[in-house]
Amino acid sequence: MDLLVGQLLTGLSTGSILLLAALGLSLTFGQMGVVNMAHGEFIMAGCYTAYVVQQVVGDAGVSLLIALPIGFLVGGAMGLVLEALLLRRLYHRPLDTLLVTFGVGLVLQQAARDVFGAPAVNVSVPEALRGGVDLLGTTVPRTRLFIMALAVLAVTAVALVLRFTPAGRRIRAVTGNRDLAETAGISSRRVDAATFFIGSGLAGVAGVALTLIGSTSPTTGQSYLVDAFLVVVAGGLGRIKGAVVAAVALGALQAVFETYSTASLAKVGVFVVIVVFLQLRPQGLFTLRTRSLA
Amino acid sequence: MLRLRDLTCGYGRSAVVHGVSLDVGADEVVAVVGHNGAGKTTLLRAVVGLIPAMSGTVEFDGQDVTRRPTNKRVKAGMAYVPQGQQCFAHLTAGENLRLVADGRKRGKALVDEQLDLFPALRGLLGRQAGLLSGGQRQQLAIARALVTEPRLLILDEPTEGIQPNVVAEIEATVTALASRGGLSVLLVEQHLGFALQAADRYCVLRSGRTASTGATGTGAATRVREAMAI
Repeated sequence: MDLLVGQLLTGLSTGSILLLAALGLSLTFGQMGVVNMAHGEFIMAGCYTAYVVQQVVGDAGVSLLIALPIGFLVGGAMGLVLEALLLRRLYHRPLDTLLVTFGVGLVLQQAARDVFGAPAVNVSVPEALRGGVDLLGTTVPRTRLFIMALAVLAVTAVALVLRFTPAGRRIRAVTGNRDLAETAGISSRRVDAATFFIGSGLAGVAGVALTLIGSTSPTTGQSYLVDAFLVVVAGGLGRIKGAVVAAVALGALQAVFETYSTASLAKVGVFVVIVVFLQLRPQGLFTLRTRSLA
Repeated sequence: MLRLRDLTCGYGRSAVVHGVSLDVGADEVVAVVGHNGAGKTTLLRAVVGLIPAMSGTVEFDGQDVTRRPTNKRVKAGMAYVPQGQQCFAHLTAGENLRLVADGRKRGKALVDEQLDLFPALRGLLGRQAGLLSGGQRQQLAIARALVTEPRLLILDEPTEGIQPNVVAEIEATVTALASRGGLSVLLVEQHLGFALQAADRYCVLRSGRTASTGATGTGAATRVREAMAI
């Protein structure tokens, strides 16, 4: 029983990591329909941001606090450039977008290799986040608890911005009906750019957080990309609530499967569950209810 | 106010509207009528910039807006209420209005003015717009357009697919808007009686071309029916 509780807590923490990685994707893929294969590289950029900031600042705690907003800005700026230079010309062409962003991802990986070298680098964990906390009879690493808290904070911030601010209303309007938003006087181009900035910025934040639990290499982001897409698709496109539930469910499922098998078999089990789930409910966990056919 | 000259537009490489010229003067109501597939909606979408003009020009207030994006035409004073009671289905009715009012000096007052015009919406502001009835959505769509303080209101079949008692209400509102001054209306409407009663002039489209134009009034209905070849 203790083992299962422990694994579930691990699952919750894995879910938080998935959620951080997928939250930005939920905006750019779920809401805008852009299959951004370079999203993983934006996460990687966040990781290297944490590394560079720590090299400059020195103190692990201070550098983490500085790296989080800088990671957001770095990821956001990269997304903004990608959107302005390439994706703007490719909306409504998902396959072209997929190929182009895949290429951009490879270029970014090589750029990271050229700048930081191929071997993985490590970011020191702040003293305050070392060790673990006893919870329900199991020890949870403080770094994982920090990531859970960060995921909750990020989701809450995104939900509040989308729900209560004029910018959030504009994002929801453009993603709901682009033409209609234009007729409401909203510049869909500007909103696209802002959405991409926020979505990519969140990937940067995720990257900074991931340095607390692993090393950073040019391919770090790639390993989270497929899981992030799974979270967005299983949650229901563009539904933040769906992404939260799907991330936690996938994390828990992975952890429970791992209790009775190996990590690789657990991954296979998760994929099988998702394939069956999407066969039964292709629209994902949450969808928009409406009376209109339009 | 609005001046179309030899406007040709359509989808992809297929032209649907061919060389249409049309004027809408200040405070004037012009009805565009025609059978399904005549190109009425395509014409309106080109006027507001949702599809590009293949050739010809769209002038608004003396300025050539043919290449301007839709949101800039709306900021210049055009408002468009598309066919099919379209609203932002996942936003509440209140958010649908606030979305347009955001950033406007008189934003709140403008929303209140539209709620006075459509009092039924007052009790529905917190409800998800996609769950409103067709009539309620159409009222919301017109209210949303009016929040932009337009000088030209472009209405695409405002009474289509709506229950009869609400149709009468929408017709009365459109007629009242058209007669209050300071607002020109370009109206596409299948319901000929309402179109000719509300409009000062009409334009009949047939297969994407102007089949007849003229003033409404005595004999207009007959001329329109002949042009439509009913």
